Amino acid sequence: MSEWVDACAVDDVEEEDLIRFDHDGKTFAIYRSPDDDFFATDGICTHEHALLADGLVMDYIIECPKHNGRFDYRTGEAKGAPVCVNLKTYPVKVEDGRVFIDVA
Amino acid sequence: MAKRDYSLIGPNASRAVETGLASAEWYHTDISRKEMKALMKRSDGPAIRDTIVWLGGMAAFAGAAAWLWPSLWSIPFFLAYGVLYGSAGDSRWHECGHGTAFKTRWMNDAVYQIASFTMMRNPVTWRWSHARHHTDTIIVGRDPEIVVMRPPDLLRLALNFFGILDVWHAVIDMARNAAGIISAEEKTFVPEQEQPKAIFVARIWVAIYAATAAAAVYTGSILPFLLIGGPRLYGAWHHVMTGLLQHGGLAEDVTDHRLNSRTVHMNPVSRFIYWNMNYHVEHHMFPMVPYHALPKLHEMIKHDLPAPNTSILDGYREMFPAFLRQLRYEDYFIKRELPPTAKPYRAEFHDVAPQAAE
Repeated sequence: MSEWVDACAVDDVEEEDLIRFDHDGKTFAIYRSPDDDFFATDGICTHEHALLADGLVMDYIIECPKHNGRFDYRTGEAKGAPVCVNLKTYPVKVEDGRVFIDVA
Repeated sequence: MAKRDYSLIGPNASRAVETGLASAEWYHTDISRKEMKALMKRSDGPAIRDTIVWLGGMAAFAGAAAWLWPSLWSIPFFLAYGVLYGSAGDSRWHECGHGTAFKTRWMNDAVYQIASFTMMRNPVTWRWSHARHHTDTIIVGRDPEIVVMRPPDLLRLALNFFGILDVWHAVIDMARNAAGIISAEEKTFVPEQEQPKAIFVARIWVAIYAATAAAAVYTGSILPFLLIGGPRLYGAWHHVMTGLLQHGGLAEDVTDHRLNSRTVHMNPVSRFIYWNMNYHVEHHMFPMVPYHALPKLHEMIKHDLPAPNTSILDGYREMFPAFLRQLRYEDYFIKRELPPTAKPYRAEFHDVAPQAAE
């Protein structure tokens, strides 16, 4: 069952960047792609504890700030060492200038 | 007092986990997201330029050395080739391992493979070992890349200026991996699914060195080994000279890179060979920043860091007496002064280390 949560305003996220969003004790990452699409993943790297919101977005890749592990934030796919475990992704919708993610 | 145990599978490894030193939160100088994004921005230009100079220089020096061989006039060309092979290879291995040198991924990967070969570091094993070095920098029992263990083994350090022990261990590691064996220590930081890749690379390298040996036997000359493998010995001195300064004589078991890493101003030639890793506090604090942006990062955060050493010689004047003192007082380390503009060292970051300092 869906549980849509209002995460941020569209303008809170710069193009080709991300922000951190905390909800119910959990950390998420909200991305805005170069094509102006929004995506959401878990906010902590699957390799070691590091906030992806401090990382670097390049096209559709998020690079972790701690060990430069790379994920495709559209699918959560780990793109190689030192990350081996995929990131969990969450459905996103944009309504009235707000970004919602389904945290269910 | 019991001698320190640096083993990754010994009692200090579990102690680091129990005390929270392993995978801890580290101190970072405040810097805005906007500024950090600008610093982290990737580009291919600087690394393509430097790689053309690096590989082009190697080809030119190797060609001249081989042409002049066995005349003594070949020696300066071998020495120059050796430093590019056995020292500049270290910084290329490092920076491309982080994936920050180039914007284009395959370029990072290609230079990483070349540099891993010249430095005799298995590209799979050492990628994971370096990740651990960044997670647990100079944490005893956790960091597999602590170069100077206490008390310092000065003979070992001296031999490594010519790569002697490093190459000996590298050959053993390569032979063991090629035989399909991953050591117990390697298993602590290389995930199981990555281990076959380490074995595969080791087997390719054994084939390359076997071909080099065959060429040496066939030609009745050591020239093939002076060009392949040998430069890891006679050209290693520069990367050891600069590498010792990274953490030598500084604190162990702390979680503030200002206490365990050293920034040293250097001449432009050394900075080219070393790819700006003389900005070592900055690199450890923000490993996402490419080598070419480190001078800018240094200018932005130097108010919060200990003053850099002014030269390689100045660094050694600080570090070497500390090594000598650690021979008698193993707990001694250099605690570097912070400028008045810096946030003070926080006891909670390093109060688990029962060490003496001045």
